[in-house]
Amino acid sequence: MDKSLTMPISGPAISGSNGSRLQAGPQGKRPRKVLSPRNIIVYGALGLAAIYYLIPLYVMVVTSLKGMPEIRLGNIFSPPMEITFEPWVKAWAQACTGLNCDGLSRGFWNSVRITVPSVMVSIAIASVNGYALANWRFKGSEIFFTILIVGAFIPYQVMIYPIVIVLREMGLYGTLYGLILVHSIFGMPIQTLLFRNYFVSLPEELFKAARIDGAGFWQIYFRIMLPMSLPIFVVSMILQTTGIWNDFLFGVVFTRPDTYPMTVQLNNIVNSVQGVKEYNVNMAATLLTGAVPLIVYFVSGRLFVRGIAAGAVKG
Amino acid sequence: MAAHTQPGRPNQLFRNLNSKIASIPMMLTAVVIFLGGTIWTVVYSFTNSKLLPRLSFVGLEQYERLWDTPRWLVSIQNLATYGCLSLIFSLTIGFLLAALMDQKIRFENTFRTIFLYPFALSFIVTGLVWQWILNPEFGVQSVVRSLGWTTFTFDPLYNSDIVIYGILIAALWQGTGLVMCLMLAGLRGIDEDIWKAARVDGIPMWKTYLFIIIPMMRPVFVTTLVIIASGIVRIYDLVVAQTSGGPGIASDVPAKYVYDYMFFAQNLGQGFAASTMMLLAVAIIIVPWAYLEFGGRKRG
Repeated sequence: MDKSLTMPISGPAISGSNGSRLQAGPQGKRPRKVLSPRNIIVYGALGLAAIYYLIPLYVMVVTSLKGMPEIRLGNIFSPPMEITFEPWVKAWAQACTGLNCDGLSRGFWNSVRITVPSVMVSIAIASVNGYALANWRFKGSEIFFTILIVGAFIPYQVMIYPIVIVLREMGLYGTLYGLILVHSIFGMPIQTLLFRNYFVSLPEELFKAARIDGAGFWQIYFRIMLPMSLPIFVVSMILQTTGIWNDFLFGVVFTRPDTYPMTVQLNNIVNSVQGVKEYNVNMAATLLTGAVPLIVYFVSGRLFVRGIAAGAVKG
Repeated sequence: MAAHTQPGRPNQLFRNLNSKIASIPMMLTAVVIFLGGTIWTVVYSFTNSKLLPRLSFVGLEQYERLWDTPRWLVSIQNLATYGCLSLIFSLTIGFLLAALMDQKIRFENTFRTIFLYPFALSFIVTGLVWQWILNPEFGVQSVVRSLGWTTFTFDPLYNSDIVIYGILIAALWQGTGLVMCLMLAGLRGIDEDIWKAARVDGIPMWKTYLFIIIPMMRPVFVTTLVIIASGIVRIYDLVVAQTSGGPGIASDVPAKYVYDYMFFAQNLGQGFAASTMMLLAVAIIIVPWAYLEFGGRKRG
C-alpha cells in the first residue's frame, strides 16, 4: 500500500505513453513467491497429513472394487486391474450374519427406521426444552439442566442396565420404539444445550413484544421461535443423524438380531468367524455403512463443523 | 397460555405451568435416568447380583474381586496407555495441523474437509478399515515386504504387546480432525494485534506459539482435553470392531469388560462394580473441570 504513494512519480517516466493504469503505479499486495521455503514446508506437511487421512478411504474403495483372486495376489494400495461391482451387490443383498443371508440391506432399512424417528423425536423434545430453559425459566430449571449436562459425561455403561429394566417394564425392550426412546434420551443433553444457547442469543425484545401482544408459551414457540431457528434445526439434524446412524452400543444392547441397525450388522458380517473371509465384500459393506454419514458430511460442509463443537461431548 | 406470571398467585406450582409441562421429558431424563440410573448402578454394585439384580449387600466384595481379575487389570492398563498416548498425540497433531491451517493458506476448506471426514464415520467403520490396512497378510506389512524388506514386521493387531498401538492409530485417524477444528477456532479467536506485536519485537514464530499463543488458548485446551478424555474412558466400539478385544484379552478395555459381564457372563454385580469404576474415572476428570468452569456451582 505504501508503495503506491511513491510510485506515481517514477511510473510515467518509464512508460509515458501507456495510459492511466500505470500512472497509478503497481497496485495491491506484493506478489508472494509461490515456492518460498515457508510455503513448501506448510503445504508439504498439510499434503502429507491429507494423504494419511485419505488412505483408508482410498483403500476401502479400491479393495471393494477388486475380485478376491486379485486381492490375494496384489497389494492393498494398488488400483484394481479389473473393476467389479459384484462385492457391492453381494454386500448389499447376500452377505450372511448367522443364518440370515439377505445382506446389509436389512440393516440399512433398520437404521433408517431407527434414525428418522429418533432424530425427529429428539429434536422436537430438545428444542422445546431449550426454549423453556432460555425464555421461561422456572424455579429449579437450571438444576435439571445442570444434571442433564453432567449426565452427558457419564459413561453409558453406568446407565444401561437400569434402562434395560425400565424398558422391560414398559414392554419396549427389544423393539425399535425402545431404541428410539433411548436415542432421544441420550441426545437430549447436547441438543438441549444447542437449542438453549441459540434461543438465548435471539433478541429478547421479540419475546417480550409477543408476550405483550398476549401470546403464550406454545404460540411464541410455534409462531416466532420455530420460524427463526431453521439454521440450528439443520445443525442439530446433522449432528443427530450422523450420531444415531453411527451408534453401536445402544443398537447391540436394545435391539434383537432381526432389528439390528446397520453398524451392528456390519460388525457381525465382517467379524464373523465362520466361512472364508471375503475382504472385498467386507470393504464394500463398510463403505455402504459409512456412506450415509459421509454424504451428510460432504453435503452439509460448514454446518457440520459448527455442530461438532457442541456435539463433540457426545464422543 | 393460561398461566402467565401472575405475582401473588397463591399456588407457586402453577406459575409458568406450560414451561414446566414442556420440561417434563427433560426433568424425567435428568432425574430418573441420569441421576436415578447412576445411583441405582452404584448401589447394586455393592450386591452379589448374578443373573438378576438382587439387593443382598456384600460390601466391597465385587470391587475386591474386580481388582483381582487379570482381565480387568489388563483393560485398565490398556486404557491408561491408550489414554495417555491418545491425549498427547491428538493434542499435538491437532494443534500442529491447526497452526498449519492458520497460515493463511489456500484450499483451506479442502484440507479441513479431508482432515475432518473420518470424524463423520463410526468407530465400527474406522475399526474395520484399519483392521484391513493393518492385516499382516495383505496390508502394510505385506506391502513393505514386497518392496524388499522381507523381515519387516508390523502386525499390531496380532501381537498382544503392541495391539493397543494399532487401536491408537485408528483412533487418532478418526479423532484428530475434531481436535484440529477446535484448535483452529481457538487460534482464530486470538487477536491479530498479538501477532503484530510479537513480530515487531522480533520473536520467532515457534516461540510466539509456544509462549504466547498456547498460554492464551488455555480454555480451548481445557475444553478439548475434557472432550477427548471423556471419550477415551468410554472407548468401546473401536476395540470391538478392530480386534474384538483380542488377541486373547490383550486389547480389552473397561467398557467392553462391563458389557461382557452384564450381558454375557451374567455376573451383573461385577458389571456394576466395573461401570462404577468407569464413573469414578470420569468424575476425576470432570469434577475439577466443572469446578473451574462454573466456579463451584452445584454438581449433580
